[in-house]
Amino acid sequence: MAELWRLTISEASELLQRREISAVELTRAHLERIEQVEGNVRAFVTVTEAEAIRQAERVDQLRSEGAELGPLAGIPLAIKDVISTKGVRTTCSSRILEHYTPPFDATVMARLRDARAIILGKTNMDEFAMGSSTENSAFFPTRNPWDLERVPGGSSGGSAAAVAAGEAMGSLGSDTGGSVRQPGALTNTVALKPTYGRVSRFGLVAFASSLDQIGPFTRSARDAALMLQAIAGYDPLDSTSINTPVPDYVAALAGDVKGLRIGVPSEYFVEGTEPGVRAVVDQAIETLTSLGAEVGECSLPHTRFGVAAYYIIAPAECSANLARYDGVKYGFSSKSVSGSLIDYVSETRAEGFGPEVKRRIMLGAYALSSGYYDAYYLKAEKVRTLIKRDFDAAFERFDALISPTSPSVAFKIGEKVSDPYAMYLNDVFTIPANLAGICGLSMPGGFSEGLPVGVQLLGPALGEPMLLRIADAFQQATEHHKQMAATPSTKKKGRAR
Amino acid sequence: MSIDRETVDHVARLARLALSEEERERLREQLSAILEHINVIGEADTSDVAASANILPMSNVMTGDKSRPSCAAEELLANAPAQEDGYFRVRAVLDEE
Repeated sequence: MAELWRLTISEASELLQRREISAVELTRAHLERIEQVEGNVRAFVTVTEAEAIRQAERVDQLRSEGAELGPLAGIPLAIKDVISTKGVRTTCSSRILEHYTPPFDATVMARLRDARAIILGKTNMDEFAMGSSTENSAFFPTRNPWDLERVPGGSSGGSAAAVAAGEAMGSLGSDTGGSVRQPGALTNTVALKPTYGRVSRFGLVAFASSLDQIGPFTRSARDAALMLQAIAGYDPLDSTSINTPVPDYVAALAGDVKGLRIGVPSEYFVEGTEPGVRAVVDQAIETLTSLGAEVGECSLPHTRFGVAAYYIIAPAECSANLARYDGVKYGFSSKSVSGSLIDYVSETRAEGFGPEVKRRIMLGAYALSSGYYDAYYLKAEKVRTLIKRDFDAAFERFDALISPTSPSVAFKIGEKVSDPYAMYLNDVFTIPANLAGICGLSMPGGFSEGLPVGVQLLGPALGEPMLLRIADAFQQATEHHKQMAATPSTKKKGRAR
Repeated sequence: MSIDRETVDHVARLARLALSEEERERLREQLSAILEHINVIGEADTSDVAASANILPMSNVMTGDKSRPSCAAEELLANAPAQEDGYFRVRAVLDEE
């Protein structure tokens, strides 16, 4: 069978269950694809080739013995390098964790292993998930498979690029202010940020604990449902985990949107969004209307405070969370000073962290410092309440909201690195969902100048079934998500850059 | 609102970051520029609004007082930059005087 890497998870899963392909064949096809395009894309920090083959052989053996296996058994996946993997180094694309190997698995990893998914490796990211382009990786930037001169978005850029380039069938990322949805939009993948607490954060290296949430990248809404099914659910090891039953997400894909009420928040349709992005979102709204959805306008009046509140709360939490990197228990340690413990810790951190991480730690420490706490941190936590109330009111009238995921298509590598705040504005439409803890999904909506445009769907807390249903119905009526990037292979002479 | 060098030095000390001269100057400029944007938050009317630290309707989640398997000490020490006799080795916390 030609080009197994083009299959979706659900297609491959059927072929595996009918034993028309083996897990080893499927895994080898992806490892070969990685070998072909990885020199251009650079999605992975670590590829665990031998272990992946071993896992695949085990799946094939179990299947030949007649074992009952789930839909992810034998499916090759990639994992953002912020998720702890027992025995496989987990770097957060930071010098400070470059040689750190976790002695335990994150809960999502344990669940994927139970599901017998194949882990191909760990993907590149903005250092400690801080960034919107994957240029803040301490190791190398990842390139967008649709245009190698452009960024794949971030911070989960490696996970997005791996799925877009056919290097993995699905992947996991983490979304603190849009770090799954924005790279999903820029790479033509389906990218889901579940409700805060729906997926365990145990073993996810902490950035901003009240905002972080793990979510999947796939090439179809149906695949996203399969991935979420495997990772969602209560975990006693995460005290913010929601203890309510997990619904059947695949069963929620009813195939239609008739009678569903979809709100268009006017604050998300303002100047600053590229006309090509706006046109795609308008077209998506028309498509959903023609499929029977009832579309109406709504207002989220405190949207304009979202970015400011986020860039107080997230750095504040980051400055506390990253205090643990002291060069004592694990991680990089400075060799250069002979002073006190505090000098050693300060030197270790100065050498180990990159510029954006330092910037955020400083911003957070400032916002929490004596004299500024009320004006910044406490104020931001109150604004957070207002933003949540905006959504509560909107979801009384609507089942879901629709907007652009990102104001622009993928930008050029280097284009925004010199202006931190311009980079922060990439997340203007994704940040409010994290502040309110609700769920959001970016789906391929079409193209602008040959580059993918993401359409964002927002749902209330635990509204994932509704978002997946709308995205799936949209995908049954459209072909955008089926388009894959023509990523040049480094093996073909004369095409590599 | 711009922040001065003293504030940068103070916050760097709080954050345990031994920043270079050049980094301090760049951060002074960048943090001032970022704060200028962030200050829009002062315009939000938050009178009579409670702060949300966590958006979930839950508080004081307790776990049972039960022992469960944990990592072995050797595994946890394996990542340490310096260790001795099963302990993390650190520099002197107090000066010898």
